[in-house]
Amino acid sequence: MDEFMLIFRHQDGNKIASPEQMQIWMKQTMDWIGGIAAQNKFISGNGLFFDDAKIVHANRMVTNGPFGEIKETIGGYIMVKGNTIEEAVEFAKGCPILQGEGNTVEVRRIAKADGIH
Amino acid sequence: MNSFRPLPPARGGTYVRMMQPGLIPHLFRTEFRKITAVLCKVFGMEHIEVAEDLASETFLSALETWPYKGIPENPTAWLYLVAKNKAKNYYQRNQLFAEKIAAKIKTESPEATEIEINLSEENIADSQLQMLFAICHPAIPMEAQIGLALRILCGFGIEEIANAFLTSKEVINKRLFRAKEKLRTENIAIVFPGNNEIQDRLDTVLTTLYLLFNEGYYSESQDAVLREDLCLEAMRLTYLLVEYEPTNQPRVNALLSLMCFHASRFEARRNENGEIVLYQDQDESRWNEELISKGAWFLHIASQGKEMSRYHIEATIAYWNTQKTDTPEKWENILQLYNRLLRLVYSPIAALNRTYALSKVKGKAAAIAEAEKLELPGNHYYYVLLGELYSEIDNAKSLQHLQQALQLAKTETDKRTIQQKIITQRRKGT
Repeated sequence: MDEFMLIFRHQDGNKIASPEQMQIWMKQTMDWIGGIAAQNKFISGNGLFFDDAKIVHANRMVTNGPFGEIKETIGGYIMVKGNTIEEAVEFAKGCPILQGEGNTVEVRRIAKADGIH
Repeated sequence: MNSFRPLPPARGGTYVRMMQPGLIPHLFRTEFRKITAVLCKVFGMEHIEVAEDLASETFLSALETWPYKGIPENPTAWLYLVAKNKAKNYYQRNQLFAEKIAAKIKTESPEATEIEINLSEENIADSQLQMLFAICHPAIPMEAQIGLALRILCGFGIEEIANAFLTSKEVINKRLFRAKEKLRTENIAIVFPGNNEIQDRLDTVLTTLYLLFNEGYYSESQDAVLREDLCLEAMRLTYLLVEYEPTNQPRVNALLSLMCFHASRFEARRNENGEIVLYQDQDESRWNEELISKGAWFLHIASQGKEMSRYHIEATIAYWNTQKTDTPEKWENILQLYNRLLRLVYSPIAALNRTYALSKVKGKAAAIAEAEKLELPGNHYYYVLLGELYSEIDNAKSLQHLQQALQLAKTETDKRTIQQKIITQRRKGT
């Protein structure tokens, strides 16, 4: 069985929603993850803070960041087990952040110790 | 070595029937391990078999004596006295044994000319706790640790351990043999480990106690009294950890809380025929209020601090289950707790319970969609759940699943329960 990372790209929820709305999203996220965990396919996961985010550039220059399209910022990730990328994609389809127009979940197979990575 | 279980029915049957039925098996359950732990502490881990044999012989004496001379006024005190004498005799008689262990005993109490066997409540508690920590030594693989604890501290038979691990007696025998060898070669002392080491071993100790309690609570055995003894023994050992300052930690209190909440339903779980009464059909006036308040108390203690172990989560779920009234708040909380528990540690039963909670929060259709993804073929509870979820949505499918569950169920109790559900479901029509 392979491992996949589901990477969430979305706007900072705190900037666009009330604490009550945030709590509803949080509950939805917990139910979504709970459903994956109930299939024994959940490995781990975390949210990432938007505040204080920094970018370190090649010349060691540090800027506030991330820049770019606001909806392409990484807001969190989970790692799951799956037989195929399609199975991981099915998990991703249930992710509550996809309710937001323009938000995405990127699905990537994790490179294990295969001698190359 | 295999004198461990001195109660084959053919031998004890006629005698025991003349006495209080089940008295000796009961005492065997509660006292055998205490005597073994104390003797083992005196003789050292390398002579664990001697300790087990002496404890067995003590019970054999009871079986041989009590039916003729009557049950002593204080059976436990009688057992302790006989065990003491047997240990002393053994020590004096067996020169080889004496030589081997004399050095050890003399260094511990230089002026002692004969061994001191202390079967006081306090020393029994200390010996059992120390034994528990010795068994949970990191040199022993986890599975073997639990097997050893079940064997030495809880008096389980090889077959019962094999059942608990869903494996064969041969596998368990080999595993225990290797583990005992390890205890011997590593020369593991039966003492309280240092503070750091206690913390390292505590999780194994808790897992062992948790499994012990579950074995008693969910066992397939029909012998309710015997199973409740196991649960009470697990609670007693956990309570010892709460009483001992270095191990009085939030997760230990959480485990004890969980045990109290579950144990509060002992009585309500059985009808007059000794059959299992399912949670939703239980008469809550028969729930034990005292144990519920104790559970709440230990959960309160456990919640001081930031720690959130699986025992915290399970105890909180058990707390919500003591609230029999169905409220949206109750099921929402239970669902979130199961979500959290599953993230921490997966088990099929938690997955099934989560899906049931989901049906209470989001309705049956949503729960069916998630249940279909669980992939638990071969698990009869899975089909019971599907039967329940499809009821009134697709009664024909519901019946199909219940029949599948009936085919897979192993125990008579489970089969009866499922048959009852099939009858109820048939009345609803298809």
